[in-house]
Amino acid sequence: MTADILLQVLVSGLLIGLIYALVAVGLTLIYGVMDIVNFAHGEFLMLGMYASFWAFTLFHVDPVIALPITAVLLFGVGIVVYQTVIRRVLKAPMLSQIFATFGLMILLRGLAQFFWKPDHRLIPDSLVSGNIALGPVQFGLPQVIAALGAVGVTGALWFFLHRTRLGTALEATAIDREAATLMGIDGQKMFALAWGIGAACAGIAGGLIATFFPIFPEVGSNFILIAFVVVVLGGFGSVAGAFLAGIIVGLIEVVGGFVIGPEYKTAIVLSLLLIVLLVRPKGLMGKA
Amino acid sequence: MSNRPVLEPRKALGALALLAFALVLPLSVSDPSRLNFFVLILMGAQMGVAWNIVGGYAGQVSLGHAVFYGIGAYTSTMLALSLGLSPWIGMLAGGLVAVVFALAMGWPCFRLKGHYFAMATIAVAEIVQILVTNSDFLEGAVGLSLPLDRSGWGAMVFLSKLPYYYIILGLLVVTILAAWAIERSHIGYYFRAIKDEPEAARALGVNLTRYKLIALSVSAFLTAVGGSFYAQKEMFIDPGSVFATSISIKIALVAILGGVGTLMGPVLGAVILITIEEYSRTLFGSTGSGTDMIIYALMIILVAVFSPAGVLGLLQDLRRHLPGSGKTSETR
Repeated sequence: MTADILLQVLVSGLLIGLIYALVAVGLTLIYGVMDIVNFAHGEFLMLGMYASFWAFTLFHVDPVIALPITAVLLFGVGIVVYQTVIRRVLKAPMLSQIFATFGLMILLRGLAQFFWKPDHRLIPDSLVSGNIALGPVQFGLPQVIAALGAVGVTGALWFFLHRTRLGTALEATAIDREAATLMGIDGQKMFALAWGIGAACAGIAGGLIATFFPIFPEVGSNFILIAFVVVVLGGFGSVAGAFLAGIIVGLIEVVGGFVIGPEYKTAIVLSLLLIVLLVRPKGLMGKA
Repeated sequence: MSNRPVLEPRKALGALALLAFALVLPLSVSDPSRLNFFVLILMGAQMGVAWNIVGGYAGQVSLGHAVFYGIGAYTSTMLALSLGLSPWIGMLAGGLVAVVFALAMGWPCFRLKGHYFAMATIAVAEIVQILVTNSDFLEGAVGLSLPLDRSGWGAMVFLSKLPYYYIILGLLVVTILAAWAIERSHIGYYFRAIKDEPEAARALGVNLTRYKLIALSVSAFLTAVGGSFYAQKEMFIDPGSVFATSISIKIALVAILGGVGTLMGPVLGAVILITIEEYSRTLFGSTGSGTDMIIYALMIILVAVFSPAGVLGLLQDLRRHLPGSGKTSETR
């Protein structure tokens, strides 16, 4: 009986943790490459959710099938954001960088509210629905698909960064910008690429959870804080660290919420942030 | 570097003129909602000037200042409700509680630089909001109401808006004077050194953490005082109205928009921000349309990209480029 509950809780934590990991990899990638924290990262996730919602509502395209379109769309959004705003504050004081992405966050929320209303929306009757049973415990199929999708995308990103020429160039820029430039790597192109990929990852995460999570303009605020905890725990700039940390944070959130009370689950995760900062500021797999 | 910003007669005269204008302004207004609009501007300005001490002068961007605002509001209200203490004392008590909290949170958070400090402050504010929302002692999500039966200066409860106007004007003046005193003192120099050249400051023996904690404490105290005032003006507080992330954002926005690290920048920022807020509300209807967010987000991005010194910096640039103006350079 209690073992069943424990198993149920652990698997739920794992499932949501994999989504957190996917949101956080984009954030950590952008930070790793150019030392900028994207406060608007949660809004990329929000845009991904709306992309799924409108694909479903207007064109009857299922969120699962719409995923590649969402990814391409958000990749484009990331590039546009980089080219129009971020590129201009690269050499600006840190304050300007914070305000720039912070302003983007408010802008995207405002635009979503203006065009799509502040209402909570849901995608009814998606292709993937229902439950699957794992022995005595049951899980929502959408959650399982979302988690598998998150693992797939994070794995693909890792493969890209470590096994392809372009990815290696991106990694090289993250490790040492000056040296990479001397080796003939175009820094500007790498920065734009990091924003494109980062936004696409968050967008895919949004598309994956759109089938079982309410969609509203400020939905990103829930995820950006958790993604931040994941990035800190994983170590700034480490994709592998973010993946591992995402799972840990998901587990702590669900188990902590179960033991102490669900109303405190966000507070528990955020307290973890302060603990990491006190005990191990460089995180699990951080460099500095 | 050695010349302290002295009080130029021209600036002193300007400040007095501004104060005189603020003192007579409400006498020409009979419409209570218009007067309330001025009170909101002064409240915004007071928060912004207080934020600016840590976010502007010392360059430690806090996006969680609502935590101090809420602490101020809850402390004075709880003291009034349980002990019948006057909010004038409650205000000071709230400020002191906020200072203690600032020291406790600054210790771990100041290990972080820049972007990550900002994120950590959001996290702290969020944790406190969750704890207050679930606290039976503080009436949780229900909130606290101040009784209407006691009114007058001792209880800081008035039926008219006018006394509130003069109280917040007084608080704003005190806050500006505090910021001004810091700007002129050696502490102000250390703050700017921490912001611009932290490594050099450290090499010269400046204890960075200590001065960051001083900046945060002073800022927290003044922000909490503003929170107590809010509670007295509204007579009702709940976690959503004083601890919300949106409050933190607004506090920072006021300063960013007007001019980070300048004395009067946040005042200008408050005039702009509150005006946009009020007019977009009346022009475009409900608050849910998002137009006010879009307008001030665009302003923030423009300021970040083109003029890190805010609207005030923009104005100063313009004045410098005008022919005939004697001034060529500012000390900063």
